[in-house]
Amino acid sequence: MNAFYERHKEEIERILAKYPPEHKRSAMLPLLYLAQRDRGYITREDMAQIAEILGVSVTEVDGVVGFYTLLHDKPGGKYRIQVCTDLPCALRGAEQFLHQLEEALGIKAGETTPDGLITLEEVMCIAACDKAPVFQVQTGEGLTYYENMDLEKTLALIEQWRRAEDAPSQNGGRPTGSESTTINQQSSTNNP
Amino acid sequence: MPEKHLLLRHRDIPDIHELEVYRKHGGFEAFRKAVTQMTPDEVTEEVKKSGLRGRGGAGFPTGLKWSFMDKKNWPHYVVANADESEPGTFKDREIMERNPFQFLEGVAIAAYAVQANRAYIYLRGEFWQVAAWLDRKIAEMEAAGLLGDNLFGTDYSLRIYTHLGAGAYICGEETALLESLEGKRGMPRLRPPFPPSYGLYGKPTVVNNVETLTNVPLIIERGADWYRTIGTEKSTGPKVFSLSGHVNRPGNYELPLGTTFRELIFEHGGGIPGGKAIKAILPAGASSAILPATDEVLDTPMDYESVPKVGSFLGSASVIVVDESVDIAWLVRKTIHFFKHESCGKCTPCREGTYWMDKLMEKVMAGQATPEDLEILYDVAKQIQGKTLCALGDFATMAVVSGIERFKQDFERAVKALVEVGV
Repeated sequence: MNAFYERHKEEIERILAKYPPEHKRSAMLPLLYLAQRDRGYITREDMAQIAEILGVSVTEVDGVVGFYTLLHDKPGGKYRIQVCTDLPCALRGAEQFLHQLEEALGIKAGETTPDGLITLEEVMCIAACDKAPVFQVQTGEGLTYYENMDLEKTLALIEQWRRAEDAPSQNGGRPTGSESTTINQQSSTNNP
Repeated sequence: MPEKHLLLRHRDIPDIHELEVYRKHGGFEAFRKAVTQMTPDEVTEEVKKSGLRGRGGAGFPTGLKWSFMDKKNWPHYVVANADESEPGTFKDREIMERNPFQFLEGVAIAAYAVQANRAYIYLRGEFWQVAAWLDRKIAEMEAAGLLGDNLFGTDYSLRIYTHLGAGAYICGEETALLESLEGKRGMPRLRPPFPPSYGLYGKPTVVNNVETLTNVPLIIERGADWYRTIGTEKSTGPKVFSLSGHVNRPGNYELPLGTTFRELIFEHGGGIPGGKAIKAILPAGASSAILPATDEVLDTPMDYESVPKVGSFLGSASVIVVDESVDIAWLVRKTIHFFKHESCGKCTPCREGTYWMDKLMEKVMAGQATPEDLEILYDVAKQIQGKTLCALGDFATMAVVSGIERFKQDFERAVKALVEVGV
């Protein structure tokens, strides 16, 4: 088929098996996530190869990439810190939190630190309104939520990433999900 | 221990996310009962009788939706809407994370009722960890013989798959969701035809919200008559209210439909922080018409009939509380900014209208708006209403129109300043 297919053959076949064979276009988003995992963003070449696998035009794939906010066609930081400043979060200080973070990192939302480690982004509601300030960290690997955050905790987290960069560990210091609370420890503790 | 929760059962039974614990508490008996003792139509009929209505926001009767499935066109699909994206809503996430099997059992029963052999769970892309978690839970069900071929010794077979979106509010709209699941941009379809006649891949499809489906095992296990004892006559059953904003204890609260705003905000949510007064309530997230927090509003029961009587909607019951320090013009600007970002661009009134409303609100906030600008803003909002394929266009105007009508002083402040300096 093509290089992208060969590189991820097993996983691609596993993804395609989730959908009826005559509707393999449904695998569009999963395959784009797969491409994004390779380098943190999706290249024109990836799009062309995915188009070939799904039997659609590259324009269709490009249109999909442009439509969804979690898909990126340009390189960004290794860690994308996506702070929610939507209404419920804003009522609980999310805008001030983002501002503090901008100052501490020396970049504005939408920009990347000069070392290429962090892109700071302002995002719409991520369904964690009761635990603001909250952000998610997107890497090519996936997404991790960080809830009830403040500047100090965030800078400590970033420091961890920097240390992992200096002395690369097995997983390159990416969030694995185990760094943050696991699903079962997450709870709305305020309730009876 | 008395049963306090029917949907957020993990709060009473901490390890209910473990298959054996869930089964020890009667888990999957409703699915077994449906498949082995009931016909698909009987299942649908029981859900119809229960009065269960869609918890995603529209409040459409669930059983009725199932009964609309075109039986001359096969295969059928069930799609669980786990796109939870309304600002202020975070209930489905808690259900899937903490009580996953009750939700999955609901998906399975719905699939049996409409004779679908495949069901998809469409999760917003941000729920990446939740999807991985559900994949594990689905695998456990398969290993236990609760999914797969010849379930409970019958010829019924079912498989459930998760599918991640990639960040687009509009995909919570059911036809946009289906487009997205088909690998396209998430843009709403012209309706009718509705999904029960033309859904996923053009085949009959039931699309139900996560919380809606989580109610289903209870109804099958204990019966529609029991279910109807909870809530009000027309708004039956329990509801998870997501409470956020200026309250001491934000979070999810499972209460019967018909509970008052006052009870939710002051009794359960602990009231307003810092001894401030409550100013306004958004009962349905950013899509709400804003309610001034009068005594009449506070004493209004939160159900599908009562909230419209005071000028808003219950929607997904994502209650955002706003204290007296908040400028409603600022709040309206926030909501418009959201909808401008999330408009898919298909319908001109929504695409252009949200852009213009955003521009005008920018002027209001900068103190540069003239009285005429306010009129144009109101007019643009009115012109979007009812002229778009999906509800997003209407949602985008709710805060604008209700804000100007009900909190005029907050808008006029900026305008007055301008008039006084003689512009």
